Amino acid sequence: MGRSMVKTKQINHKKNQEDYSLSTNNYSLPSGFVKTQYYTFASPPDELELESGRKLGPITLAYEIYGRLNKQKSNAILILHALTGDAHAAGIHEEDGQTGWWDNMIGPGKAFDTEKYFIICSNVLGGCKGSTGPASINPHTGKPYGLEFPLITVKDMVNAQRCLIDHLEINKLLAAAGGSMGGMQALQWVVSYPERVCSVIPVATTITHSPQQIAFNEVGRQAIMADPNWNDGDYYGKDLPAKGLSVARMVGHITYMSDVSMNEKFGRRFKNEKKPFKFSPEFEVERYLQYRGDNFISRFDPNSYLYTTKAIDYFDLANGNVLYAVLKGIRAPFLVISFKSDWLYPPYQSQEIARACKLAGIEATYCELNSNYGHDAFLVEVDEQTHMIRHFLKKVSHSNKVSEEHAE
Amino acid sequence: MLNKSIRLDYRIILEHVEPSSSVLDLGCGTGDLLSLLIREKDIKAQGIEIDDKAIFECVEKGVSVFQGDIDTGLPEYGDKSFDIVILHQSIQQVKRPDKVLKEALRVGRKVIVGIPNFAYIKARFQICLTGKVPVTPSLPYEWHNTPNLHFLSLVDFVEYCIKQGIRFESACFLGNKRKINIFPNLFAQVGIFVLKENGQNKL
Repeated sequence: MGRSMVKTKQINHKKNQEDYSLSTNNYSLPSGFVKTQYYTFASPPDELELESGRKLGPITLAYEIYGRLNKQKSNAILILHALTGDAHAAGIHEEDGQTGWWDNMIGPGKAFDTEKYFIICSNVLGGCKGSTGPASINPHTGKPYGLEFPLITVKDMVNAQRCLIDHLEINKLLAAAGGSMGGMQALQWVVSYPERVCSVIPVATTITHSPQQIAFNEVGRQAIMADPNWNDGDYYGKDLPAKGLSVARMVGHITYMSDVSMNEKFGRRFKNEKKPFKFSPEFEVERYLQYRGDNFISRFDPNSYLYTTKAIDYFDLANGNVLYAVLKGIRAPFLVISFKSDWLYPPYQSQEIARACKLAGIEATYCELNSNYGHDAFLVEVDEQTHMIRHFLKKVSHSNKVSEEHAE
Repeated sequence: MLNKSIRLDYRIILEHVEPSSSVLDLGCGTGDLLSLLIREKDIKAQGIEIDDKAIFECVEKGVSVFQGDIDTGLPEYGDKSFDIVILHQSIQQVKRPDKVLKEALRVGRKVIVGIPNFAYIKARFQICLTGKVPVTPSLPYEWHNTPNLHFLSLVDFVEYCIKQGIRFESACFLGNKRKINIFPNLFAQVGIFVLKENGQNKL
């Protein structure tokens, strides 16, 4: 993880033909291969001012784009990823052959139809998948930031994305959509930039973390920090706190499933034939969690896990006010989706969003979908989500007079 | 002129909806009425419905809908936050029609209520002659699968409203294909009432 996360490639901020081509001619179809692109901005002295008051720059955001931007630039949809997601939302990555994390929802003829819409997904600020985060090189020291990295909030993530959207020369997003932490960003987008979002699709999310949600995150953080290799966040180029991160991931995975889905997936089955008792993983569920946990270090930076979980724990959309007052005046319609078996982000939290929409006079649809998959449902329950999102976007496109005529 | 192919009860409701008004449909089902009102009157529509499948159809028709129980789903709305609240063929299905009607009158400047008439002549015959619970076009269910929790006649409803001091702005009674003007409690299958909270809008 010692490698630099900051790409040195600088992209011109000024509007020019070459920049424009980034979002039009250079598109890739999600059914085929896609590549991650990078945008670096906020170089000193124009650093991004964070919610904490600290300044950060330069910042790189990794992002992918699918589909084509129309002439009016009115068909752009921003997809926001969850806690450990990345910019690779759809298609097959040209470097590693990996399929995007929401590939079943984004593509030709899918919920986010790339034949109609121009889809953007960026890795969050504070992340570790190509965007600036604690594993990136601190320009002041020439070493990875580690704990020198400033506290990041969901609002900061959104502010950074706003710079990317400016760079792509998109004035108004047709929709901001995402599940879990992605839903928080979608909500923050419409509250921070109400004039720049035509609609919002928050899925399996909340306006603020409950004590239970904070508690699970804290267990994960403590597991990482208890690993002797963590070394106060200074482990780059040395032994990684892999075990700590693994335990954090195991806890996470438990919260993403449900009692029913775990029963269906594992039951009380044993993985192997009986061996002498040694507290080694025996049950399938133990093996699964260990496998998931152990693999996580190869794709996620432990410090990033600390920073992003903290960001969502601090998230409070209403910020001490009543939510409907914060939403008052917003004209963008909402499509709020929750899942009945999701106990990490339970439907009551989505109902709060729906209720605030009612009070704020926002046109909104709220649906609680049947699923046994728990919080994971937003990634796997494709059919019903597709139905809801496709028709919602159709209506939003119609009321915003979005042309399907693409840019040449 | 309104299209004759539109259901008679919907046509009556359409007449009472001013263009561009805000409409809340409690128990909006598959959103047929609201999508008709959007098309014909360009209303700002919001539905509340409890059934998932019905909600999918609403979304398909471009109708905004909250999944929720109308027995508990109204307290969020401010007083008179909609021009019209519709309770069409749903008031007999809620647990507490009295509370829902009261809330609807609080939230809407006017309320349109459509109810199936349990005292319709064929229903009376069925119960008297066969000794069985009636099944009619407006009450098409059997006892074991009916979503209807309350059975009322047009007279029951009118009496209740008078007792509660609820104002009638208009009432319309419907048979199978036409309006019924004589002995509606006997010959009408459906009654559609436009109501207002008492003490206001003394037109």
